[in-house]
This record gives sequence, C-alpha cells and structure tokens, in this order.
Amino acid sequence: MRSLTHLERLEAESIHIFREVVAEAENPVMLYSVGKDSSVMLHLARKAFYPAPPPFPMLHVASGWDFGDLLAHRDKTVREYGLKLIIAKNDDAEAQGINPFDTGSALYSQAQLTDPLKRALTEHGFDAAFGGGRRDEEKARAKERIFSFRSAAHRWDPKNQRPELWNLYNAKKTKGESIRVFPISNWTELDIWQYIALENIDIVPLYFSKPRPTVQRDGMILVVDDDRFRLEPGEEPVTRSVRFRTLGCYPLTGATESDATEMNDIIQEMLLATGSERQGRAIDKGQSASMEDKKQEGYF
Amino acid sequence: MNDQSSFQTDALIAEDIDAYLEQHQHKSLLRFITCGSVDDGKSTLIGRLLYDSKMIFEDQLAALESDSIKHGTQGQEIDFALLVDGLAAEREQGITIDVAYRFFTTEKRKFIVADTPGHEQYTRNMVTGASTADLAVILIDARKGVLQQTRRHSYLVHLLGIRHVVLAVNKMDLVGYDQATFDAILADYRVFATSIGITAFTAIPISGFKGDNITALSANTPWYSGPALIEHLETVEVDAAAAQTQPFRMPVQWVNRPNLDFRGFAGQIASGVVRPGDAVRIVPSGKTSTVKTIRTFDGDLDEAVAGQSVTLTLADEVDCSRGDLIAAAGDPPQASDQFCATFVWMDEEALKPGRGYWLKLGTQMVTATVQPPKYEIDVNSLEHLAAKTLSLNAIGVAEFATDRPIAFEPYTQNRQLGGFILIDKFTNATVAAGMIEFNLRRADNVHWQPVAITRDDHAGMKNQKPKVLWFTGLSGSGKSTIANEVEKQLFVMNRHTFLLDGDNVRHGLNRDLGFTEADRIENIRRVGEVAKLMADAGLIVLTAFISPFRAERQLVREMLPDGEFIEIFVDTPLSVAEARDVKGLYKKARSGQLKNFTGIDSPYEPPEAPEIRVNTVDMTPEEAARYIIQQILPLK
Repeated sequence: MRSLTHLERLEAESIHIFREVVAEAENPVMLYSVGKDSSVMLHLARKAFYPAPPPFPMLHVASGWDFGDLLAHRDKTVREYGLKLIIAKNDDAEAQGINPFDTGSALYSQAQLTDPLKRALTEHGFDAAFGGGRRDEEKARAKERIFSFRSAAHRWDPKNQRPELWNLYNAKKTKGESIRVFPISNWTELDIWQYIALENIDIVPLYFSKPRPTVQRDGMILVVDDDRFRLEPGEEPVTRSVRFRTLGCYPLTGATESDATEMNDIIQEMLLATGSERQGRAIDKGQSASMEDKKQEGYF
Repeated sequence: MNDQSSFQTDALIAEDIDAYLEQHQHKSLLRFITCGSVDDGKSTLIGRLLYDSKMIFEDQLAALESDSIKHGTQGQEIDFALLVDGLAAEREQGITIDVAYRFFTTEKRKFIVADTPGHEQYTRNMVTGASTADLAVILIDARKGVLQQTRRHSYLVHLLGIRHVVLAVNKMDLVGYDQATFDAILADYRVFATSIGITAFTAIPISGFKGDNITALSANTPWYSGPALIEHLETVEVDAAAAQTQPFRMPVQWVNRPNLDFRGFAGQIASGVVRPGDAVRIVPSGKTSTVKTIRTFDGDLDEAVAGQSVTLTLADEVDCSRGDLIAAAGDPPQASDQFCATFVWMDEEALKPGRGYWLKLGTQMVTATVQPPKYEIDVNSLEHLAAKTLSLNAIGVAEFATDRPIAFEPYTQNRQLGGFILIDKFTNATVAAGMIEFNLRRADNVHWQPVAITRDDHAGMKNQKPKVLWFTGLSGSGKSTIANEVEKQLFVMNRHTFLLDGDNVRHGLNRDLGFTEADRIENIRRVGEVAKLMADAGLIVLTAFISPFRAERQLVREMLPDGEFIEIFVDTPLSVAEARDVKGLYKKARSGQLKNFTGIDSPYEPPEAPEIRVNTVDMTPEEAARYIIQQILPLK
C-alpha cells in the first residue's frame, strides 16, 4: 500500500481533466499566459498525453505591453516542446489610443485582454479552452466549476452552473456554447510553487530576483522594461533587486523587493508574505466583487 | 488564543526552508465537507480554519475588517463568515447559496473544504459537495441540539458514502461550555445516526467564533478528552488509500496513438494496484491480455495504484476504447444493462420515466431510461413515499435500463464505479446524480468467454440464418401442433432445427418450477436463454410455450440480434381453445382443481405487434405451418 501525496493527487486529477476534455471536445485550446500557473498547466498537459505531444494549440493573449523576458520564454518553450502557438492581439490599440498609461484599467483590460481573447476563440472555433484559474485566488473563483460554460457571447452565468459530482464532468454543449476548463482549480499558490520546485519546471526568470530598473508609483514598484515606459516629470529609474509574484502587463504589474534568486527562496518568501498574490495587479483593484463582474464579461 | 502548533510554523520556514519543503512534499490530502443549517456557524468555522492556518493575507484581512463593519453580524469583532461568502448577490443575503471550495494546510495535511449550504432547497449542492469528500463535519448549534436539518444532512452524508463523520457541537461558548448539554446532544444524535446506518462518528465540542477545540484542546472544556478538530482531520484515513485494497479497475479515458508503434490506454485508476505482467480483462467485451508497460512522462512504472492517472500498454492487439474498463482478469466487475439505484433529482424539470437520458458513469456514456420510482425518500422523516416521478431535490429509488451493458460496482463498494450522472438530451443539463445499489441481471456477473468459432461460423456451416420462432398463445390454441408441423417441413428443407416445448423442458431443466407468476416468468427466462444458446449454435429454434406475459417475451427478444426473434401469435379465442380442451385442463381449471390457469384465473397478455399471427379457426395446422415458413423465407 502506497499513499499518494497531495501533489500526486492534484496532478492525477488535473491529468484526468485534460484527458476528459480532449476525449469529449472537438477543438480544444490552452490559454497560455506564460506565467507560473500556465507553466504548471503545460507540464501537466505534457504528462497527460505522453508520449504524444499535447493535442491542442497554445493561445497567448499578448497586450503589446508584455515583459520582454516573458515573450522570450514563450518562444523558447514553444520551440523546445514543439507546440503550436496562436497569438491573440488587439492590433488597433495604438490607433485607438489605448495604452496602460492613459487608459483606465477597466477599459484597458477589456480592449487588450478580454476582447482579443473572445475574438480568437470565436475566429478559430475553439469549443473548449483550458485556463489556469485557481479557486484559492479569489472568492468568486472559489465557486466556479471546473467545467464552466459560456454562452456564444462568452458570458458566464454564476446562477446557472452544472453540478459537478465525483470525477464526472458533463461536457455536452449546445451549438455556439463553449467551455472554459480549469484543470488546476484545486491547486493553491503554495502547491504551484512546490510542484515547480519538485518537477524542475522551467519558469520565466522574472519570478527570480535580480537588479532591474524601477520606479515607484502609487505604492507599487514598476519595472521599466523597455523605452516605451513613460516616465513622469522628474522620475528617474532606480536599480532595485526585485521579482514578481504574478505577471501581467509590465506597466501595470507591481514588483516586490527581494533577494530570492533560488526556487526555495521564492517559496520561503511566499510563505512568509503578508499580502495576497493579486495585490500586485492594478486590474483587480476596485470594489471587491470586481473579479466576478469581469468574469461575467468574459475575462478568464 | 490557542496554540497553533499544528499549523505551519514560521520559525521553520524562516530558518530551514529546505527542511520545511521536504516535510510538506509528503503531506497527504483530505477533502471534507461542512454541513449545517444557516445559523450553525459553518462559514465562521471555515473562516476560522483559514485564519488560523494563515491563509488570510493582510490585504484580505483589511477588506474583511471593513466588510465586517458594513455587513457583519458580529458587532465590532471580525466576522469570519465574510471570508467565505463568495458571490456578490449572496453576500447581500448573508447566505451561502452554492458549493464553494476552500483550501488550507497544516503540518501534516492539505485540506480541501467543500462549503455547502444548509438551506432546504439546496440538497443538490450538498450532494455535489459530498460526492468528493472523505469526511463530513456536521455542525450543530449547542443551543438547539439535533434538528431536522441535522438529520437531513446526516442522511445525505451517509447516502453519498462518506465513511468519516464528525459531529461538531458548535457555539459551546453560548451554553457556558456545559458538559451536560454536549452529552445530551451526543446521546440524541447517536440514536438517530445508528438508525440510518452511521455506525461510528466523532463528536467534538467547539466554538468556531472563539476558537475552542479547533487547533488545540481548550481550557474551557476540561471534561473533553477527545481530539481537537484539526488533530482529528489530520489523522483519519483517506478513501484513496482504502481503494487500493480492491481489485484493479481503470476506466479508459482516451486511446493514445501518436504513431503506429504506440497504442496506450490512458485513464485514472479507480481501484486496486496494477503491475506489468498482470493479466487484465476488457469489460464489457471480455477480451483478455496482459499489461506490458505502465507508461508515464516520468518513465515506466513498476506499479501504479488507485488514484493515479497513467497510460497502460497491453501485450496484445485487443479492441479497447474510451468507455471500456480494464480490470483484473480474474476478478472483473459486473456488466449489465439493468440495475437499481438511489438517485437525487437536480433539475427544475422533473424526471420523465421512460424518457432517454444520457447516463455517464466513469468514462461510459450510454442512453438510459428510468422506471417510475419504486418510492421517494422524505429526507426529513426518511419515510418511503409513493412517487410517479421525482422533482428538484427529491431522492428516490428506481430501476434503470441502459441501451447497452455497462461495467460498474455497487456504489457502497466503489464511488467512482457506482456513481453516475444523468444528462438531459435536449438541454444538456446535469439533471440527476445516482448511486447504483445492485445489478438486476445476475447472469451478467458471468463474463463472456470470447470464442474462436463465432455464431456466424456455426450458422455458416449449416448454411442457414439462426432464428427463434417463438409460438405464444393459450393452452390448447395449437402451438405445439403447429410448431411440430413447421419443424417437419423445415427438416424436409434440410434445415437444422430444434423444438423446445413444455414436455422436454418442464421434465428436466425446469422441473423445479411450478405455475405461480414468478415461476412462469423464470420458466420463460430459462427457455429464452436455452433458445439463445441454440441460436448461437446456428440452429433454427422453435419454442411452444403459453408465455403469457409481454415483458418476458420482450426480454427474450432483446437477448437476440435484431431480426432473429420471430414472435408467432397462435390466435385462438378462449372459447375455441376451451371447447377443444385436448388435455382436459380447462375442465379442471373451471372446477377449481387447477390453480393459476392462463385464461381462467391467470392473465394472458396477447402480443401487440407479433411478426406472424395465425388463425387456427380457419387454417389447418399444415396450412398454418406453410404460411409461417413463407413468412420467414429466405432461410439463408
């Protein structure tokens, strides 16, 4: 008799979910944000279908304000594992005058993230999309199902969710409906980091501390990732040893000062941290039910 | 404040992160459910567990403090319930209205908590949350004792097969930590629990609000010597471990075929242990092979156990696809197309008996019809009520029939192989959750032994198509006479036939059977099985039995391939048959010497759409036989 560890059970559950979707959906895709959760998802997908490669493409929603290191990591990963990559991007943003400096966070995320995502899902006719949402991230996510149905307009109805019993998932859908599937629903942030450490998963270097050019603004440390970063009068980039707990658009993602250069240092910092991981994201600020509103709009 | 020794210790994290991680990599996982009525303090208890396990960050705590003032029900104190009440609308109502999953961790275990509502109309949510739980915490308000809700929740917990029950007597602070109050509730609950089959439970006096007996034993209850809640949660056995002791079963999810050289069967092991070289059987086909390798991304394994997701390769090229089950060859599960199950209705639209629903069990998806429920169970009184259907949140017991055999285990033996959902074919909604109690077809426990010479081979050698000519009609209608005549004419045509009738069956195979309704049904079932075997052997079988009930004739029809069962109604009116009375039986029946005589004191259900109908008033037996043979041509 051998008892499975919590990570082994989580891994087995996620693999089961990946396989159910591939067996029952016609045209699945995986949302690949290149962050730590996506990296774990990709690793699980590779395990689920081994020795075959994951039988679906990766979809990256690029805002145009992504960290340079993140794009480099994305391209390296895709090349190394022989994955098919689709990039969704709002190419009209510049002409529309949308940018992270002048546009309010709600409109910005709608125009740069939600809309391109919805458009790509519709254009390619994907009927199932894997996302890296975890139930421990936010109260609204805690109640979302693993298989979450979206109308043809990609809206989520929290009042009309299908019950999920045992490990049985009902993937039947009507024409036009699609499913967002969250294979790592039951993982916590600590599980993710432990698994990355245990499985030696290659992640974006931005999670590790190193000296980076930064400015401090509205209580957040922002990294000046390229020369498009708009400095305010009198603002001078300062080199600080910083790292990220979560990755979004670089002008909107707060870094934390840290000396964590090794995996175990990161986990140590996380366990001793006093703020939740989404604290560093400007998009989630606002009234506390805002994530739920965004989900109803079609944000992942 | 309580000692928090069982939760993560900052000191170890700060001083020796490597040691901490090493320790935490080997933790197990326990999933549990909390159930209680609206005011039992359930959300407060969960909030307390999250708070004590440091799952609450400063920014969340700040939001909690401001929310507590705005929406809280605890005055100026922190209202832990607000931590877990999720969706905006329900936060306004102050009620949890759905299943939410929460996470916390201690030194020994990681926990996933299903938080489910206590509201009467939400049975469906509690059943959902309970389906994946190893343990249930049933909350009782110490001031109120065992309520109807307590009984309902306990019944559902037991129904969903949760083996570990914790009775958390909450709000002990509000009864002055009084032992007598606790003991009275305990005694009261024990009587009820025993009556529904919960043989063991652990009762703990707690205060979720004050933190008593949550992480450590409280000084306020010196009379209590059992474990604190967390200590108990950390030590109970999880179900996944128990499943390893059962025979091996793995539902096939997906056939992995990246190229011609590799064919693997991917799935999550539902029970038992598997090793390369193990003999396995594919259910329901019955084909056997041996496990060649257990392939994983991390290399080939020497062994895999219940709960793991793996890919198996087999030594032989056997037919096996999604929906099949790979099982220990010597101890495979049952396969049947009829079973009895308890089920919970979860949809606004009530059950329609007889309608086809999708049934998903493991990776099998079939069409199932549900008989009218035998009864509905009142979840409050646990009484059995007569029912024609089940509506939202109702629980009942019924017989299910599927369009093809599926492999399963009784739910009490294995939750993954005994639990199923029903899906509406039009709305795609998940409308019911069911738990199989038992197989209705005992014979299907015997697994098919695949044979090299098939029924087609047998029939081909005889240069004919097998058929079962099933003669039905009243006693004295002329069944045997006509069947004999048909066989004689077929014999002349060089056909291989065999006639089964009352004389050659009742004296041997069925000599233990009488003429009660139950015995008549069994008589026909056996004749049907023998006829089927003979048809498998390639013969044209003739049977001459009254076979008065439609259901049994239908049963035999369904045993055979389409088109092989020919129902021949020897349509002789009762008055004519009784007037003939060749054996003098009608006379005996009329005088009461013979009981259960068809047509007299036992019913005959004439066929509604027989393939062939013969009228013995206008036709001689020879004419009737010729007519029948014309109807069944060609014979090849």
